[in-house]
Amino acid sequence: MMAETAPQSSWVKRIEPWLLLAPMLIVLATVTAWPLARTAYLSFMHASLDDGDLPRFIGFGNYLALMKDGDWWHAVRNTAFFAVISVTLETLAGVAIALLIDSQIKGRGALRAVMLIPWAIPTVVSAQMWQWMLHDQYGVVNALLIKLGFISHGIAWTAGAGTAMAAIIAVDVWQTTPFMVLLILAGLQIIPRDLYEAAKVDGAPGWAQFFYITLPLLWPTLAVAILFRLLDAVRMFDLAYVLSSKSRETATISIYARQQLVDFQDVGYGSAVAMLVFLMISLVAAVYIQVTKIRLISE
Amino acid sequence: MSIRKVFAFSVAALGLSAAYPAVSQAETINIFCSSSGIELQLCKEGSEAWGKETGNEVKITTMPANWDDVLSLYQQLLSAQSTDVDVMILDGVWVGPLKSHLLDLAEAMPAGTVDKYFPSAVAAGTVGGKFVAMPWYMDTGLLFYRKDLLDKYGAKVPETWADLTTTAQLVQDGERKAGNDKMWGYVWQGRAYEGLVCNATEWFASSDAGTFIDAEGKITIASPQAKEMLKTAAGWVGTISPEGVLNYDEEGSRGVFQNGDAVFMRNWAYAWSLANGADSAIKDKVGVAPLPKGVNGQHVGIDGAAYLGVSKYSAHPKEAAALVAYLAGEKEEKRRALAGSYIPSISSLFSDADILKAIPFLTSAKAAFENVVTRPTSITGSDYPRVSTEISNNLHSGLSDPSATDAAIDDLASKLDGLKSRGGW
Repeated sequence: MMAETAPQSSWVKRIEPWLLLAPMLIVLATVTAWPLARTAYLSFMHASLDDGDLPRFIGFGNYLALMKDGDWWHAVRNTAFFAVISVTLETLAGVAIALLIDSQIKGRGALRAVMLIPWAIPTVVSAQMWQWMLHDQYGVVNALLIKLGFISHGIAWTAGAGTAMAAIIAVDVWQTTPFMVLLILAGLQIIPRDLYEAAKVDGAPGWAQFFYITLPLLWPTLAVAILFRLLDAVRMFDLAYVLSSKSRETATISIYARQQLVDFQDVGYGSAVAMLVFLMISLVAAVYIQVTKIRLISE
Repeated sequence: MSIRKVFAFSVAALGLSAAYPAVSQAETINIFCSSSGIELQLCKEGSEAWGKETGNEVKITTMPANWDDVLSLYQQLLSAQSTDVDVMILDGVWVGPLKSHLLDLAEAMPAGTVDKYFPSAVAAGTVGGKFVAMPWYMDTGLLFYRKDLLDKYGAKVPETWADLTTTAQLVQDGERKAGNDKMWGYVWQGRAYEGLVCNATEWFASSDAGTFIDAEGKITIASPQAKEMLKTAAGWVGTISPEGVLNYDEEGSRGVFQNGDAVFMRNWAYAWSLANGADSAIKDKVGVAPLPKGVNGQHVGIDGAAYLGVSKYSAHPKEAAALVAYLAGEKEEKRRALAGSYIPSISSLFSDADILKAIPFLTSAKAAFENVVTRPTSITGSDYPRVSTEISNNLHSGLSDPSATDAAIDDLASKLDGLKSRGGW
């Protein structure tokens, strides 16, 4: 309204929004667009940091080699397994705990504060802490299980192929469930209470209230929360790196990309891996948004 | 603090730091030291002593705790020609990949300095005629054993891997029966990392199965002896070695051994002074021998010598080389030998009475120092990190599944073949 009445020249009007957006566009271009473009460019090159030669164009050579690389596909399987299992468990635990806190139980304020602690600890620190707790000889987890009589000898949680992945998933669930709870709780609290009262008057049992009122109304929030977790899980690096080193049995696609780029100094091949990681994360997000029909931006 | 105050403060600080060199005439030398414990302490004390003697300033940066991560950090700093690093601690296997970034130390040292060091170590520190890595301390894989337990069960120090297996089992069973539930026979390094490559090179080289790749670049790993040896090692896991050994590094295995919960341990020399430290549960109960040998083999130890190097891009190459000469000098090497059981790289110190008293295994484990084997670094050059990753990953799979040891060796051989044709060595 103001703009129509104020006698402003039209080019100022046109340029003003761009001026206001400029700082953000510049930041985005330098920290996102430029590195991405550079990585894409390098992924078509034979480039290595240690031989000192200039990068050489090799077309899709890196990508073709990657398609035949068994270790890469192993890492893809590891990542998919980790992402699906950990996000599923976190969602189930998140909903259960959020419902518990949302109901009028005693001391829920304190409960909410305590619950957030795992999420507030940096991942590397908690991974290191869990490594000690899961230690096969002196770890508290084994000590407890032995005392309770479940096992006779300590289990080497982080050493075996099967248990190492299970341990990584368990630590991730422990750490990020609070994040899910927080988001789900916010979703629960915007559901109008009178709906439940009406259901009670109609004599609907608890499970029916959950499936016909809570879940449908919670879905938009839940879907966004799952998307966040899923994207995080697909690019997981720190937990597996600390708990079981670069072992092929637990290496994720991010660990694999780092290995090529940093350990092997193979910038070309590593960039191709990084591009595939980027494409996979985009694909997961796109498919997920399409399937769940969530709207990240309101129209 | 208000913005203005912060600004004034930074300006003052800038002014101070700019004025500093002019006032004191001292140069600041940046050195990378190990991340913790006695290693860091000795490195710090030595460097600072040099600083005090020469009136220079020494700035210490700690290396990543995991040595696997150090090489790539050095590579990044050096390929950016950073002046933030002057003196670096080098593992023998990094000398090849870093050679083009290191200063030739021969010119910077007083004449005759180099002749004092073990010729093999000097040779390993010389690439293409340039002496780029100063031998700092010698090291090799050693068998640490519990003297008291072997005496108790009337067992001898094992000569072969088969002896080790039987003795470990015997003592472990006996001790467990006597109520020590946590007792294990043998701890070593089975995590999928460089340490496993060292352990495995010792297994194979001591069983007449070579060192994965020979000096001509031929892949030699797929031999019946190697398969037999890996089967033996995989058989340890869960019997005489805890399953957790598959995720142990040096410190992980030392934790178990030093708590008194293992009969044998494979480790580097540094474990000696720690095992005999005041807070150790096994003080004065430890013996050191060369690692056992396989069928038709001989006692060997892997070359674990550490070196010091100077960056070619250093702003003060003369001072940096002087610091290297000091740290690798007689006085400092002796101090490190007495305080931390670091084995001197100067040959004359091997007959020093004080050092022989502090590190008695220089005599008892002499064979380990005489038959030193090296990992295939010089032939594979900059491909070595890839070679190492393939070795540790494939052997780790074999160790985790005793029925797949032969397949693990065959897979490894074909992976190494692939790297060979790709790298052209």
